[in-house]
Amino acid sequence: MSAPGATPIARWAPYAMSGPAFLLFATLLLVPLLLTAILSFSQFDHHSGIKAGVTLQHYAAVLTDEYYHEIFLRTLRLSAVTTLICIVVGAPEAYILSRMSGRWRAVCLLVVLAPLLISVVVRAFGWSMLLGREGLVNQLLELAGIGRQRLLYTEGAVIVGLVHIMMPFMIVPVWTSLQKLDRTTEQAALSLGASPVTVFRRVVVPQVLPGILSGSLIVFGLSASAFAIPGLLGGRRIKTVATLIYDEYLHELNWPLGAAIAVILLIANLLIMLGYNRLMERRYRRALG
Amino acid sequence: MAFLTLTDIRKDYGAVTAVTDFSLTVEQGEFVSLLGPSGCGKTTTLHMIAGFVPVSAGKIRLDGRDITYAKPNSRGLGIVFQSYALFPHMTVAENIGFGLEMQRVSKAERATRIAEALSLVHLEAYAARYPRELSGGQRQRVALARAIVIRPPILLLDEPLSNLDAKLREEMQFELRTIQRRLGTTTIMVTHDQTEAFSISDRVVVMEAGRITQVDAPYRIYEHPRTRFISHFVGKTNLLEARVAQAGRGGRAAIGGQLFAVDLPVQMVADAPVALAIRPEKLRLTEAGSGRIGGTVASRYFLGSQWLYHVDTPLGMLLAVLPNDGSIPRDEGEAVGIDWADEAIRLLAEDEVAA
Repeated sequence: MSAPGATPIARWAPYAMSGPAFLLFATLLLVPLLLTAILSFSQFDHHSGIKAGVTLQHYAAVLTDEYYHEIFLRTLRLSAVTTLICIVVGAPEAYILSRMSGRWRAVCLLVVLAPLLISVVVRAFGWSMLLGREGLVNQLLELAGIGRQRLLYTEGAVIVGLVHIMMPFMIVPVWTSLQKLDRTTEQAALSLGASPVTVFRRVVVPQVLPGILSGSLIVFGLSASAFAIPGLLGGRRIKTVATLIYDEYLHELNWPLGAAIAVILLIANLLIMLGYNRLMERRYRRALG
Repeated sequence: MAFLTLTDIRKDYGAVTAVTDFSLTVEQGEFVSLLGPSGCGKTTTLHMIAGFVPVSAGKIRLDGRDITYAKPNSRGLGIVFQSYALFPHMTVAENIGFGLEMQRVSKAERATRIAEALSLVHLEAYAARYPRELSGGQRQRVALARAIVIRPPILLLDEPLSNLDAKLREEMQFELRTIQRRLGTTTIMVTHDQTEAFSISDRVVVMEAGRITQVDAPYRIYEHPRTRFISHFVGKTNLLEARVAQAGRGGRAAIGGQLFAVDLPVQMVADAPVALAIRPEKLRLTEAGSGRIGGTVASRYFLGSQWLYHVDTPLGMLLAVLPNDGSIPRDEGEAVGIDWADEAIRLLAEDEVAA
């Protein structure tokens, strides 16, 4: 935004100032992405490894093989369900938090955010201890006369773990939107005869929708590429795209195929998030700006 | 039987008492304003009527029904908020229709009544707009339409005009009154602006530090303020500290060595201190040497329709407001006389609320 007739220094200053950040992103994000993309087009065979030459064979394999379709669909399903649960649980939770008085709010906010301070791996092991064959949940089920269930290494276990990890990423953006909410709109709705539930559904939720939107984008994106939780709670049975990529790289040693899957995941993720964003924004841009 | 009765309403926030001894009866169709400086408890009182703030003690009866502890969404009152509190994600028509929807009014009737309300506030062309696409004055009208479309027994207005610029505020004052008259809706308005309260209310309730200090018709409050606080708060005033020279009807009060005629209660003893007030527009400037006292013009300000003079007199600095009748104004430093009618002087009761 330099004015006409600005000195050369003034013109170049913005570029110079954003230089370090650009350099950082270029080396840490763009270069690895580019290398991954290039790798995904490389030829490969199981005896000699990566060979020279360009091929679309890895993409063709992923796009035509039912095995990969199932894993992609499962990943999307897990991410979508996780996002949905985070919305249903997190949005009311953020609302209740915002309505609490000072000290309790601080304590509860700490409880919500504290898990972020603990490593994902540690939390995943925590869940596997709870959900395992001899775990606390199974002991309770046995006491209740229901009998032991297979809990660990199921999609349910993965969803529970993901929801636990992702909840703060939903609560924080919704909380931020709630700060901007005019409390008198709730009073106005009450005075017009709405029940508290109707007030929440018809007046509060639509106004914090931008927060729910950004929260769900973060949760969905992180869930779709989550590795530790599905790896530790889903085991070998519940493969997701991220664990599949890991296997291709480190067990099959088929790096180009792993790279192709990674690129497809990235593109799928981008398309879903952009589409979702577009859909929501179109509906609410005029009203909420 | 009064339409709305508030009896000994009290509100405590911990050790702090926000409102106390608040009793008021409002007749059907009346327009009553709660007037007072910020923090006097007027908004708290309004919120207690609305049900947003629970009362600590007292009773609220509306049309024979005890609503003291009724939930806000069961009172059916129409409220216009200071911030308007429009639903930003709904169009003007949806905003106005919300209350009707809650009352399960049929879709067809809803449309008719929304159209009626829109035409009442002259916003027929804006039904499909969103609040953020409207000006402040238009939002205010939508808020009013949304409140009256549910045909509430009582309309509560919380500083409804304070966010509008001066010219628009004046227009809206009269329009508000016109609409209120046409619908006959009993209305209670909270305001800190005395002009606003005076111009559109049937009665004004002056509040100070959580209590009612005077309830009267606007002109009565202006002409006969009960306390020093009210006489200062509503309009400008000249306050004179005097002593009783002779009590009773046609009595005399002394300021310095001068005596002034003023009615004083017979039980007053000679030499007791009294506070007298005289409104600046009741003073007349006369030729030097005539009138009741003399003085010199210390400063003057031109207000368009009026001249405002500060006159240095033996009684202290007096404020005089004279209509601009086109004649040549007095110069600063000019010697003048000041005169007034006997009945223009008011005796103020000592303030009940300690300053």
